[in-house]
Amino acid sequence: MTHWLIAPILIPLLGGILQVFMGYAPISLRRTLAIATTALMLVSAIVLLALASDDSYRIYAFGNWQPPFGIVLVLDRLAALMLALTAVLGLFCHIYASGGADEGNRQFHTLFLFQLMGLNIAFLTGDLFNLFVAFEVLLIASYGLLMHGGGTTRTVPGLHYVVLNLAGSALFLISVGMIYSVTGTLNMADLAVKIPQVTGSNLNLVKAGGMMLLVVFALKAAILPLCFWLPKAYAKATAPVAALFAVMTKVGIYAIVRIYPLIFGEGAGELANLGMDWLFPLALITLSMGVIGALGADSLKTLVAWQVIISVGTLLAPIALGSVAGLSAALFYLVSTTWTVAALFLVSELVANQRGSASDSIVTAPKMRHRTFLSVLFLIGAVAAAGLPPLSGFFGKLLILQSVEPGVEMAWLWGVMLVGSLLTLIAYSRAGSIVFWWNVDGHLETPEPMNNRVSISTGILTCLTMLIVALAGPLSDYTHATAEQLYDNQGYINILQTPVHIPQNPLVGEIN
Amino acid sequence: MELVFALVIGALSASGVYLLLRARTFPVIMGLTLFSYGVNLFLFATGRLATGQQPVIGTTSSYSDPLPQALVLTAIVIGFAMTAFLVVLALRNLADNENDHVDGQREKPAPSPKHEQEVSSK
Repeated sequence: MTHWLIAPILIPLLGGILQVFMGYAPISLRRTLAIATTALMLVSAIVLLALASDDSYRIYAFGNWQPPFGIVLVLDRLAALMLALTAVLGLFCHIYASGGADEGNRQFHTLFLFQLMGLNIAFLTGDLFNLFVAFEVLLIASYGLLMHGGGTTRTVPGLHYVVLNLAGSALFLISVGMIYSVTGTLNMADLAVKIPQVTGSNLNLVKAGGMMLLVVFALKAAILPLCFWLPKAYAKATAPVAALFAVMTKVGIYAIVRIYPLIFGEGAGELANLGMDWLFPLALITLSMGVIGALGADSLKTLVAWQVIISVGTLLAPIALGSVAGLSAALFYLVSTTWTVAALFLVSELVANQRGSASDSIVTAPKMRHRTFLSVLFLIGAVAAAGLPPLSGFFGKLLILQSVEPGVEMAWLWGVMLVGSLLTLIAYSRAGSIVFWWNVDGHLETPEPMNNRVSISTGILTCLTMLIVALAGPLSDYTHATAEQLYDNQGYINILQTPVHIPQNPLVGEIN
Repeated sequence: MELVFALVIGALSASGVYLLLRARTFPVIMGLTLFSYGVNLFLFATGRLATGQQPVIGTTSSYSDPLPQALVLTAIVIGFAMTAFLVVLALRNLADNENDHVDGQREKPAPSPKHEQEVSSK
């Protein structure tokens, strides 16, 4: 049992607690410590990525309870990939935030670090109820972050976001309760063993629980009937927060990928592939809806917020088809799209800061400062998001298109994705040409020039898409191995047999 | 006992959902609170309803499951924190929009000179 597994949870927790008590310390000190914490978390995530790439499962049993009796953390390739993805994103968003966005609320860094901690718990946990707790931790931090920066425009979207997620949490509890009442366990590996044995009238109870669980994850992932809260909330949030939230919808997708192939996978008897036949059409409709929203967006941030929904649809369609190649392609695209969307949120905010009262609305305005730099970043982001060669979005979408076997699904997926990509391209071209090219005479009220922290963090985050292209081979090998590992349930179930380390203490049982 | 318990859960959830769909933040918060009561009772019932049993396996032939109680405790604590946050947010909504409609719409009151003056000064 290696203690590295707890590091991505402990580091932001301790760093966040430190920040709580430093509310009145100089802001430079708080920033330095907060960014150092995030950087340390990135180091631990990279160590875990290296550990996980040997295809074995590592567990961390709290209190040394033999699973399934205690809560366990489980590290596999998927968890490590998500941790590394989040840590990289978190670091750049944090550096961006330290460029001025963290002023105005003394506890910004606390909330930011707790948000990262919640995400890390969600990715590492091997227990269904613990997943609920992780969701709540990341949600309560996100409520605070969403409202950060003040302004009355955030109140109503924030209220909708909170109420919806509270209703979602209640549904989560009901579904967990239904599954527990039949199986008597909440450990995911143990559930994978117990669910195929369910028979008779209990079958419907588990089925209802599983479907309600899917509704909850669909709410987090913003799948169509449950996605209308997202564009307003994300478009109104401060840029580093919106950029970090780019990974929040991916938590919903992560939960679907983690739980459904494992618990309701091929081996689940009568409950095999529960809900997956619903997911495919919903994913395509979500994708179409996102494209329509993007075409109608009136500001850059709204456009990017709809891009989040487009990428959710694109990701879920191959996942719902349930092939190794599809899941591998989806994971590849997930890495690419998360970073791209986050970078686009940051670019939109930089543009908004330079355009005075025009802000990030897609309207003509006088020529802005730093126009070349910002337009190149927007171009890179838009090309990666729309899926044009040579950037990573293209490779992700190509892998997804290739992964479908010929048939009705292929026709639908190819049609919707290709037309969707074309229309997304039109939406970005329209926004980009109006904002960057069509200038009117006049001058803007002198905006503050960009500082190095925001420009460098945005620049690097945008250029990560090129890094993905350069490392496309190793990354797709990794995601392929991840997908194979995910569909091999026996490996995950074997963590129940992992011997838990018992200290050889001669004084056990004696009281000193 | 099971029937009464089920009826209570059903009544709490139904009234919770009904209030959740109201257009004012106050009934919405009340609805969420009632709904979470219903959910907590439901979670409690997942360990089967038994009275006077020990929560230790092997001491008696039947035992009561201690795990749902731990789950309910966690859910209550989380729900409490969330409700507190939501109340504050609803108050802020009321302050920002001068109205507790969940969509923050301003009502169209009878035009009074004082009100118009306020709007134009903003």
